Amino acid sequence: MAPLKPWDELEPGGIVVPSEAAIPHTSGWRTGVKPAVDGAKCVNCLLCWLYCPDSAILLDGTTFAGFDYDHCKGCEICDEVCPVDAIEMVAEETVLPERGVR
Amino acid sequence: MTAELLTGGEAIAHGMRQGQPDVVPVYPITPQTPIIQVFSKFVSDGRSHAELVDVESEHSAMSAAIGAALAGARTMTATSSQGLALMAEVVYIAASMRAPIAMAIGNRALSGPINIHCDHSDSMLIRDSGIVQLFAENAQEAYDLMVMAPRIAEHPDVLLPVAVCLDGFTITHAAEPVELLPDDVVATFVGEYHVPHPMLEVSSPTTRGPFAMPDYYYYELRHAQGVALRNALDVFIDVAAEFEALSGRRYEPVQSYRLDGAERVLIALGSTAGTIKDAVDELRDEGEAVGLLRITPFRPLPMDEIRAALAGAQRVIVLDRADSPGGVAPLGAEIAATLYGSECELERHVYGLGGRDLGVADVRAIFAGGTPDHFGVREHSWPA
Repeated sequence: MAPLKPWDELEPGGIVVPSEAAIPHTSGWRTGVKPAVDGAKCVNCLLCWLYCPDSAILLDGTTFAGFDYDHCKGCEICDEVCPVDAIEMVAEETVLPERGVR
Repeated sequence: MTAELLTGGEAIAHGMRQGQPDVVPVYPITPQTPIIQVFSKFVSDGRSHAELVDVESEHSAMSAAIGAALAGARTMTATSSQGLALMAEVVYIAASMRAPIAMAIGNRALSGPINIHCDHSDSMLIRDSGIVQLFAENAQEAYDLMVMAPRIAEHPDVLLPVAVCLDGFTITHAAEPVELLPDDVVATFVGEYHVPHPMLEVSSPTTRGPFAMPDYYYYELRHAQGVALRNALDVFIDVAAEFEALSGRRYEPVQSYRLDGAERVLIALGSTAGTIKDAVDELRDEGEAVGLLRITPFRPLPMDEIRAALAGAQRVIVLDRADSPGGVAPLGAEIAATLYGSECELERHVYGLGGRDLGVADVRAIFAGGTPDHFGVREHSWPA
């Protein structure tokens, strides 16, 4: 959780500017599972990025770069759409590399 | 400057036209209709460049107004009574999204029973919405406040909707001599509207009206909104001073009428103040120490100014043109809170609901400690 701003540092009406849109971490209610990927299997089709209903698939330019666990809700859609079965849902408590690429 | 014979509704329409709105989403309702009837003629005659949006309801009118105001268009609208009730949900949204919309409310009783005449129950319905509410005493004030409204609404310390409240029929439909400022003078006075983060600026997209959680930032944003509404009092005072330099007409948060040495003081909003002034003049001529305190901004409430103006009063009598069934009528409650700890006696009356007239004889009777049979409800005195 990022530190909260005081009331007088907020934009009028709570306008969210692009630089701040990703700051609130919204994954606190994740379903209990989270995605992990086998880096060797990934073919960089980016279907997971296309289908992710949040902003939880990270890219390095146009290359798949793992998961943003501060925003992932555990919906499993990336796992469902992955054509080469590189993504697997694992239990929340599983210890993973920071971006979930194994 | 010469005066023209105008109804309050026509005067408001002129104030809107001269304020150069870009977008006016509006739906007609009695007694606001003459405002928009006259304004739409200005548009069709090419005297206003405003985009007049024919919406299907007041809920839509305010919704469209929010989008326009946040996109960077100077935006105005007007409504009354049931229209304001239907709009109310979105008025809260406008205030919370900090959309500077200048609007007029032709005050009319809320149903039921259905009634088209004046009281303040419609304005009081949105009392806590977070918008500025300025009550006019007559057509001239309605025009003047409408000219000032965009300046207050669009001030960077405020950024909130501003409503000019004028009594239905008594002001909206009654013709009086009204002095209009020249168009170019008002154009310079209101200036250009500069919105922070224009919504249509595609190079810098923003999220508007974001969901706010218990931990971030509902409480902070509500607090910021309240502070902005409080700021509107100082902005009103500054804008009114500039306006006085142009017009010679002075506006203050409270208008004291013959309060020097007044022991009994009536407090009221809107056109009734004119009637009370006549009664005060009569009673003063008869040697009675009476006066009037009229409040122009009901929101933000000028509590310090009210306390200061009433410092010498022994008995304060509040006239409320709206009721709060089961509780304390709104103006009376506000004044009781404002005067808490004061030695003076407080008396409250509800009057004039549904357009029932209050005459000079009625006001004299109230000053005398009575309650005219026909005019309303004698409420509790405070302290008991």
